[in-house]
Amino acid sequence: MYRYLLKRFASSVVVLGAVSLVTYALVTVAPGDPAETILREQLHSQPSDEQVAQFRAEHGLDEPFHVQYVSWLGDAVTGDLGQSYFHGRTVHELIAAHLPATIELAVAATVVAVAISVPAGIASAVYRRTPLDYVSQAGALFGVSVPNFWLGYLLILVIAVPFSAVPTSGAGSVTQLVLPAVTLGTGLAAVITRLLRASLLETLEEPYVRTARSKGLRERVVICRHALRSALIPVVTVVGLQFAYVLNGAVIVEVVFDRPGLGSLLVDAVFARDFPVVQGVVMVTAVLFVVTNLLVDLSYRYLDPRIDLEASA
Amino acid sequence: MSAIDDPGRVEPVARASVRRALRRNPASLAGGIVVAVVAIVAVVGPALVGDPNAGALSNRLQPPSAAHPFGTDPLGRDVLTRLVHGARITLAVAVAITLVRLVIGFVVGLVAGLFGGLVDEALMRVVDFLLAFPGIVLALVIAGVLGPSLRNVLLALAVVGWGSYARVVRSSVLSVREEPFVDAAKLAGISRVRLVWTHFVPNVAGPVVVLATLDLGGVVLAAAGLSFLGLGAQPPTPEWGAMVADGADYLRSAPWLVNVPGIAIAALVVGFNLLGDGLRDALDTDPTEVNR
Repeated sequence: MYRYLLKRFASSVVVLGAVSLVTYALVTVAPGDPAETILREQLHSQPSDEQVAQFRAEHGLDEPFHVQYVSWLGDAVTGDLGQSYFHGRTVHELIAAHLPATIELAVAATVVAVAISVPAGIASAVYRRTPLDYVSQAGALFGVSVPNFWLGYLLILVIAVPFSAVPTSGAGSVTQLVLPAVTLGTGLAAVITRLLRASLLETLEEPYVRTARSKGLRERVVICRHALRSALIPVVTVVGLQFAYVLNGAVIVEVVFDRPGLGSLLVDAVFARDFPVVQGVVMVTAVLFVVTNLLVDLSYRYLDPRIDLEASA
Repeated sequence: MSAIDDPGRVEPVARASVRRALRRNPASLAGGIVVAVVAIVAVVGPALVGDPNAGALSNRLQPPSAAHPFGTDPLGRDVLTRLVHGARITLAVAVAITLVRLVIGFVVGLVAGLFGGLVDEALMRVVDFLLAFPGIVLALVIAGVLGPSLRNVLLALAVVGWGSYARVVRSSVLSVREEPFVDAAKLAGISRVRLVWTHFVPNVAGPVVVLATLDLGGVVLAAAGLSFLGLGAQPPTPEWGAMVADGADYLRSAPWLVNVPGIAIAALVVGFNLLGDGLRDALDTDPTEVNR
């Protein structure tokens, strides 16, 4: 177990290192001098050469690439992600201020998704090829196909406009979370429903399910206690890996609903060419994603004792 | 159990069998029709309707009517005309992204599968990363840093999305390698290039085509999403995602501005997904299996 964890830890460090290097390189080769762009924005006029030089020195932009990167990396491992070009705040502060809204959204969307997809997936598999199954499958098709930016506006039109109590922007309260969570949860629910249906159909063919049935157990017990548990393994992987999907979607959903989360912070930073913030958000995303993947792997062992992590390491 | 249900049976990739299977599956036929309609509109439509950027301010924000079936936008431009021009842009971008992904994935998958060893190991680690990391976030950063434009969105989404193709091609290559006809071809003394071209490429093609069809829906969503954020098509280009973003300010007063392009995107993606599901069943291959 420890050997496995150690190995996973090492590969996570390699992934994070690669992400940081690639983003840093990308930002460095970006067309246009950030110093000039940003100063022009701040001064509302063409900056003088001295001002540009001073800005570059202040932010370490006059050093060669490897020096800049190593110094950034040295600070980053201690939690210092540098200074935003604009906000006059550290990247760390900005991320700390925006992260809660995104985590909240991610958790709420996952709850919505699981609440829809688990009953829908089970019903689809158990009542296979009945109208119930077709409705659930059609719903899933809609869920994976509808663009979440349009779904968000649609929900505003059909829910928030007639029921003015439901707010359409901001973050912090439960009511502000409802529409974004449903928007983001719908696509996720569709993916999980499809997967759970397929996985449960497969499990229901297993010999041990036949054994349970022939013992005379009630169908409910057969499905809930015998089949569902192993059918859930691929589902847990997907819910875990869908964390990436949630972060993808959060970018768009946060813009639609004007939520001050990590996604909208990233979009704003990208447009403002606030590269330290871009770099910081990408790193935090990468850390979140590496940690979720590890948790997903560990959860297998709990769900299916047959899986030997040492062997797969 | 009939021979058709036998999971071990490999269905030959024949056009006639695909057509028959699609005909037997009304849902995927409907998907095919939706995609075909959008494709026809994209090809001939722009020539039939007028200039997508022509409009008079006196005509602004007209609700749908006989003269303007989908209404007009804040600049008095006809939404239907813009939608038709947008079909070409939206479809062309999605197809281009998918083709670039396919080509990169094909080459990487072939190299990994044929060379094996360290090359394979290194390439597959990159693929693992690409498949698990949030692609839109990465594409957003790449496209944003390079500067907002459709070309950069194309580049960014192609670069982050070839992983699943590489995996599918690699796993097909590994199974084809074991086939007796490969040994036979080697014994017959054909060149390596010819061996790959005549024996590996055709056998890998089926699953890749299915994957590409299934992927197209997601690509449409991703490209429209990035354009919605303002990274892709720039005004006045009538790309569908950008049209939704342009209409968002008038959501309450002119909901058609958001709903018309929104429904168009959803319909096209439904079409690709149904068609992809049908092709997967018809070709009896599930490329998504190896991606789990």
